Amino acid sequence: MKLRRRQRERLSLGLQYLVFIAVIAAVLFAADWGRLKDAFFRVDIIESMFPTIITVALRNTILYTLGAFAFGLVFGTILALMRLSRVAPYRWVATAYIELFRGLPALLVLFLVGYGIPIAFPEREIPGGVFGSIAIGLGLTAAAYMAETIRAGIQAVPKGQMEAARTLGMSHFTAMRTIVIPQAFRIVIPPLTNELILLTKDSSLAYVLGVTAQTIEVTKFGRDMLNDRVNATPLLVAGLAYLIITLPLSQVVRRLELRYAKAR
Amino acid sequence: MTTTANRPAVEIRDLHKSFGPLEVLKGIDFEVGQGEVVCVIGPSGSGKSTLLRCVDLLEQPTAGKIWVNGVEMTDPDVEIDAVRRGIGMVFQSFNLFPHLTVLDNLTVAQRKVLRRGRAEAERIARANLERVGLTDKADVFPAQLSGGQQQRAAIARSLSMEPKLMLFDEPTSALDPELVGDVLTVMRKLAEDGMTMMVVTHEMAFARDVADRVVFMDGGVVVEQGPPQEVLGAPKHERTRAFLARVLDPTHVAQLGQPDQSPEPPQAPNLPADDRHQL
Repeated sequence: MKLRRRQRERLSLGLQYLVFIAVIAAVLFAADWGRLKDAFFRVDIIESMFPTIITVALRNTILYTLGAFAFGLVFGTILALMRLSRVAPYRWVATAYIELFRGLPALLVLFLVGYGIPIAFPEREIPGGVFGSIAIGLGLTAAAYMAETIRAGIQAVPKGQMEAARTLGMSHFTAMRTIVIPQAFRIVIPPLTNELILLTKDSSLAYVLGVTAQTIEVTKFGRDMLNDRVNATPLLVAGLAYLIITLPLSQVVRRLELRYAKAR
Repeated sequence: MTTTANRPAVEIRDLHKSFGPLEVLKGIDFEVGQGEVVCVIGPSGSGKSTLLRCVDLLEQPTAGKIWVNGVEMTDPDVEIDAVRRGIGMVFQSFNLFPHLTVLDNLTVAQRKVLRRGRAEAERIARANLERVGLTDKADVFPAQLSGGQQQRAAIARSLSMEPKLMLFDEPTSALDPELVGDVLTVMRKLAEDGMTMMVVTHEMAFARDVADRVVFMDGGVVVEQGPPQEVLGAPKHERTRAFLARVLDPTHVAQLGQPDQSPEPPQAPNLPADDRHQL
């Protein structure tokens, strides 16, 4: 019997669902849930992690992330403008910086900032202590990525915008600041959100600077608990803590994009 | 700034402009008197838009001199931002700022460039919105306007800077036919109010009715110029006649028996991407 087009499509889709369900069922039935629960979901351990994981660890994770993002955003914008500059040495410096810091592991940069700067400038301290070191250490790498994103955003703003601003008598700088860059940032909200989420997880590298009970962040907190209790539950809880940041963040960004949609 | 009232609004001497190997303007001598309305017509690729953009220094001339209200634009040390305050520019593609409301489009340069306070800037902006018939659109974003409304808002934005000279670069070419009239009416009113205007256009009716002088360009030179009834009514040059025949009676072009005189001449090449924001 020859099947009609819609029948063939329905049959094909039905088979796909069947395979999908079979795979999930196989995993669910084959797994040893009792042992999994003992290793990853001990309620007494979960209870012992609160409220410290929120009041200290998650708070620090958020602070480190925002610090690094703010530093990276400002520095990345400067780098992007240098990349687009008429002045050749500015372009060279920015390009060299971006190529270098995109290539180096964030861990290494953080280490160099945390230990290199105190050796280079013994009398001075990085403002903000651990927070400052992490914001700068992670921000230096983030700036290199963001610079390229922001540059692409600036170039995506139609040339006529700059022309219109200049014909109204604005200087290049004023036109950039009030007309081009605000539009560029609307364009690059999605990739910058990605960068922010990546930074959230990179903030776990703070451990290389040797954090204390007050400056501990989520991952280090989870690992310390893991060693303490010889159980993996803290890691699972720590992982879920990151979702507390990233899921609402995605929602906020979606709202932001909707709000800007009518203004472009 | 030396603004001499008896100097013409625009003076151009032996202007040349090349884009790479392509010479778009081949020695233009041209003037716009104070209070005069000049329409520049010609086939696409004739260099008329480039000429207009050179006046505001959106294009850097290759050779030649340009004065606007007595200030030499081609002087390398010209205070370009200061001179541009006195020149309004209206683009084919409107170029309203999409992230700002219509009112903010009209006040942003007043505030950042002329340092006017918010209240004064908004008063002037609203007066100009009234002039172009958009009083009720102050608080919407440009994307919510029709093309004709956007162009009128763009004209009002330029007028808010109180320019002495207005440049129009094919202001109605991107509009649906039924929206062209609103924009032309605004421009006619402006001309009647005594504004000095240089208009690159394909609207022959506008040129005939509003212009003090019509300039026909082709191949990077001014072919002929004069009062509209002469240039449009009794053109002296064959090239002008052929152009007008094509524009005014496009369905009978083939009957002219002229073997494909100007198939879309080459456009100016796009500037390299890195130059885009470095005017």
